[in-house]
Amino acid sequence: MTRVSEFVIGLLFGWGLLISGMTDPGKVLGFLDLAGAWDPSLAFVMGGAILIGVAGFAVAKKRTTSFLGSAMHLPTSRDIDRRLIIGSLMFGAGWGLAGFCPGPGLVTMGSGEPKAVLFVAAMIGGMALFEVLDRRERSLSIQPGRGQK
Amino acid sequence: MIIDWTHFTPWTALIGGVVLGIASAAFILLNGRVLGISGILGGLLAPRRGDINWRVFFLAGLILAPVTLSWLIPGVVAAPRIEASNLAIVAAGLLVGLGTRYGSGCTSGHGVCGLSRLSPRSLVATMAFMASGFVTVYVIRHLI
Repeated sequence: MTRVSEFVIGLLFGWGLLISGMTDPGKVLGFLDLAGAWDPSLAFVMGGAILIGVAGFAVAKKRTTSFLGSAMHLPTSRDIDRRLIIGSLMFGAGWGLAGFCPGPGLVTMGSGEPKAVLFVAAMIGGMALFEVLDRRERSLSIQPGRGQK
Repeated sequence: MIIDWTHFTPWTALIGGVVLGIASAAFILLNGRVLGISGILGGLLAPRRGDINWRVFFLAGLILAPVTLSWLIPGVVAAPRIEASNLAIVAAGLLVGLGTRYGSGCTSGHGVCGLSRLSPRSLVATMAFMASGFVTVYVIRHLI
């Protein structure tokens, strides 16, 4: 049952991205281009998603197990540190460069778009690079708790 | 500021957004997981026993979304407009992969779920990647 749910929710999330237009890098860049002809659609997407999300997470926070009986994996880190900010700035630069973030990249790869396949391959390369750098950083660092989620 | 009225699609944006919100709420309520794409994918690169299948099933659904939605509602999937060169695409992918893992999240994990959880950490991350995205597009489209 949890496997079905994971698959269906993945499908649903992909549909949401497609319906919202966020799988089109042109539309994402239209939002990020404040100085050009500005397309506010992305703000409406975030607004619609958060409207439902706030209600869902308010219920989730009060529960110790999920409705299907799994453990709740809510994030525990509250650190606002250099990793968070530098990582997010890097992500934003890549996002502005091509108009793809991870979800739309994967969905558009599913449409068979060659440039999205290239994007996803490079993104997995970047994630693999993180694993290498993070492991080295952690083995050099004696500070406990670094790099935890 | 000039609004691009020809491309602005408030209704489909809002409806699509609500669907994203339903999926995110369902994932935490049914599976106890935060729906963050970069974390779900990135976790497969340092695989741990018992922590693989849920990621694979979710990602399979995500990747099959275009084909299935085209069956259900023909014509709803618009062709993507991709201006970036192959070189820019590769650089963008590397930055997105590395940055989302260092920053522990992307538009879904921080932007949708984090803000829905009212997490200050996610608010800072979202402001950082939005600001960085605005500056990058400004530089590419208006300075270079």
